[in-house]
Amino acid sequence: MSKKIGEVILDINNISLSFGGVKALTDISFNVREHEIRAIIGPNGAGKSSMLNCINGVYTPQTGSITFRGKSFSHMDSHQVAVMGIARTFQNLALFKGMSVIDNIMTGRNLKIKSNLLLQAVRIGPAQREEEKHREAVEYIIDFLEIQAHRKTPVGQLPYGLQKRVDLGRALAMEPQVLLLDEPMAGMNVEEKQDMCRFVLDVNEEFGTTVVLIEHDMGVVMDISDRVVVLDYGKKIGDGTPDEVRNNEEVISAYLGTGH
Amino acid sequence: MAFFLETLFGGLMAGMLYSLVALGFVLIYKASGVFNFAQGAMVLFAALAMARFSAWIPVWTGISNPVVANIGAFVGAGALMFVVAWLIERLVLRHLVNQEGTTLLMATLGIGYFLDGIGQSIFGSDIYEINIGMPKDPVFAFQNVFEGGIMLNKEDLYAALIAAALVALLSLFFQKTTTGRALRAVADDHQAAQSIGIPLNRIWFIVWCVAGVVALVAGMIWGSKLGVQFSITTVALRALPVVILGGLTSVPGAIIGGLIIGVGEKLSEVFLGPYVGGGIEIWFAYVLALVFLLFRPQGLFGEKIIDRV
Amino acid sequence: MYYRENGQFKTSYRADQQIFPIAQDRWAVLLLIAAAFIVVPMLSSGYMFRAILIPFLIMSVAALGVNILVGYCGQISLGSGAFMAVGAYAAFNFFVRVPGIPVLLAMILGGLCASVFGILFGLPSLRVKGLYLAVATLAAQFFSDWMFLRIKWFTNDAPSGSVSVSGLQVFGWQIESPTSKYLFCLSILVVLALLAKNLVRGAIGREWMAIRDMDVAAAVIGIRPMYAKLSAFAVSSFIVGVAGAMWGFVYLGAWEPAAFSVDLSFKLLFMVIIGGMGSIMGAFFGAAFIVVLPIALNRFLPLLGGMFNVEISTAGISHTELIVFGSLIVWFLIVEPHGLAKLWAIGKQKMRLWPFPH
Repeated sequence: MSKKIGEVILDINNISLSFGGVKALTDISFNVREHEIRAIIGPNGAGKSSMLNCINGVYTPQTGSITFRGKSFSHMDSHQVAVMGIARTFQNLALFKGMSVIDNIMTGRNLKIKSNLLLQAVRIGPAQREEEKHREAVEYIIDFLEIQAHRKTPVGQLPYGLQKRVDLGRALAMEPQVLLLDEPMAGMNVEEKQDMCRFVLDVNEEFGTTVVLIEHDMGVVMDISDRVVVLDYGKKIGDGTPDEVRNNEEVISAYLGTGH
Repeated sequence: MAFFLETLFGGLMAGMLYSLVALGFVLIYKASGVFNFAQGAMVLFAALAMARFSAWIPVWTGISNPVVANIGAFVGAGALMFVVAWLIERLVLRHLVNQEGTTLLMATLGIGYFLDGIGQSIFGSDIYEINIGMPKDPVFAFQNVFEGGIMLNKEDLYAALIAAALVALLSLFFQKTTTGRALRAVADDHQAAQSIGIPLNRIWFIVWCVAGVVALVAGMIWGSKLGVQFSITTVALRALPVVILGGLTSVPGAIIGGLIIGVGEKLSEVFLGPYVGGGIEIWFAYVLALVFLLFRPQGLFGEKIIDRV
Repeated sequence: MYYRENGQFKTSYRADQQIFPIAQDRWAVLLLIAAAFIVVPMLSSGYMFRAILIPFLIMSVAALGVNILVGYCGQISLGSGAFMAVGAYAAFNFFVRVPGIPVLLAMILGGLCASVFGILFGLPSLRVKGLYLAVATLAAQFFSDWMFLRIKWFTNDAPSGSVSVSGLQVFGWQIESPTSKYLFCLSILVVLALLAKNLVRGAIGREWMAIRDMDVAAAVIGIRPMYAKLSAFAVSSFIVGVAGAMWGFVYLGAWEPAAFSVDLSFKLLFMVIIGGMGSIMGAFFGAAFIVVLPIALNRFLPLLGGMFNVEISTAGISHTELIVFGSLIVWFLIVEPHGLAKLWAIGKQKMRLWPFPH
């Protein structure tokens, strides 16, 4: 069963980002099509996380623009990005350590909760019903990620692999159109990676979520992604299907060094 | 015009005293990233120690020469501050490595309360005198320019000199010595400094010792001027806005910030005060700091605060 | 083995989300509230009410408010005394200037004024945090000190600078005797605690905790830091303002600005730290501790001194208070940052296993 890859929904146009004298990104342009899995790869320090941070509004690029579903922005506002339906996970997690798994994932539902402060204080009627409705959605995600046993545990006490799943769950709770994953498999063993791959593929197939994925494991990238962008020292050096990129001279020398 | 200048100078002198207390804040923050809310309590504790030692030393040793008694008191109080620094490092700081700033801040609040209580238990809570021979009589300057001259306080002038000397010494210490460099490394990142072999505990001990001595000098000057009493801690609370203005990481900032606050307080009280009911000294410094926080949180000379994701 | 959840299955999310999911807890709390309303008044003397119970109740309300700001939202505040002052003076002004206004309404309006004040002085939290925010809140404290001392309108032009209220009544029920004051404060506490608990376990509570734990990630999820922080200031100041009105109207009767000084702000912060940050119950523990400690020291220290033939003066007792506070703050921050509430929770965990060791 092959999936239908749609039109371009996310367009990165000539993004340049620098911090003081350090150029993190130089004139990056690529696009992302709806329903596809787009991988961003490159050696450490290539600027991959910075790219995602630009999309999320955490960093502001000096030049260039980002177009989402036809609307162009030179600077993204984090809140607006979330409202537009772009969610993400973080390389170093970024979970709310003081809260339980359920509460962490529930924060992802925040944009969908409509009752105001006063209704929540009294918590009868609409506020109560909303809490239950969103709890149900969160439980669905918990089932999907197979972390039921840990739902009431404070996330700080969970092992790293499970924390990564909670991070993913929180992003999924937003019911995003585009999911930005920053090294979701970092620090995992083979079995955990297989589980994570399965989740990513399921999300992409079942919900049609577009996935933009930063990943170091070449096996994973070649297996699950539809197209790949390669960055090196903040510049784009490759863009195409996994096979095209695998045979690209520049990419090979970036990863293995020019001396060989 | 003469009145304006008198108020100005009075403000400068008061500001110099704030700067002395602020110096202690900046030192500890610069070198350990900890904001020491207990600095005011340390000033009081040191001043109490000095005052009482100078009264007790003649009784204990029979030496009645006041200069010797004062020097002995200063050394004794200084030694006591070293002990306090050691205890703080050992019992508190060591256990709170790499906790977030708010936790450390609240811990220093606790230390402040503790020092308050212990100091007054050991040394008593009356008003004590520190007499280090500072001249109390005023001097009239610029008599040829303004009729009658501008009244200046000799004691304040000496205090300003002492403060300037202290600042110069400290700047040299930070810039030119290995320990000073190590202190700056620690302020930047505890764990990184530890990983290159800087002995964290010893560095913190040294810093708190230095801050203790600064507190002693500040306490000595304050005490000589006002008498040692509990209100020193409330005045120390007024030194907080000074570090905001000057920048938490800047020694010259502490001085300049103190002068600005001192002058601002006096001038605003005298010239603005009557319009709004008076007594605005109690909030002027803080509201000024508030304005800075909104527009330039790093103060005049501090380093920009960067938040990493 | 009596305190266990065996057999208590939850078949709906509503059941799982309730405030006290374990049946034993529910019963215990209901009994406690009933006892508080019925039994305590029967057994307590006027002194108990005046010196311990009423201050405890009012300080619990204040600690509740401060905990929401400091414990749940992570915004440090050293200006809580100012919010109490605004609540008290605003309620006072409504009470004396609007003839016939009900006391409760005046107090609520006082709380709302404190809320506005809180939002105003909470604006710096959008730019700075930690120590810098602490300094901003101190600005609120000192400004409020000055405001109520110098601006005559606030004190209804009282020549002495102090204000007083009398003749409190709620729907015809006179609040004069210690018992009626106690019941009045208790009712307000129960209502506010329930509202606070609902907020804290709902969406806004999660927003606050998200901002506390990692505000950058919170923004990326779609939480607006400005809304979360300012709402924390608003709700917290409202509750603290109402507590201030209670303190002035019910406990003090007559007061001047010094009643709400920076010392009170520090005390409130200590209540939250010792009681437990980020915990509704922590507010009660902290308030109880801070209210009872001076009294306990007052009784206990002279006895202790007598055993060693040491005379302990009143000054000595207040110094000991400082020493105990200071050491406890440091001790709790090192050993159990979540305060007495966490120790209580650990105790309950052990109770679930008792009498088995593990």
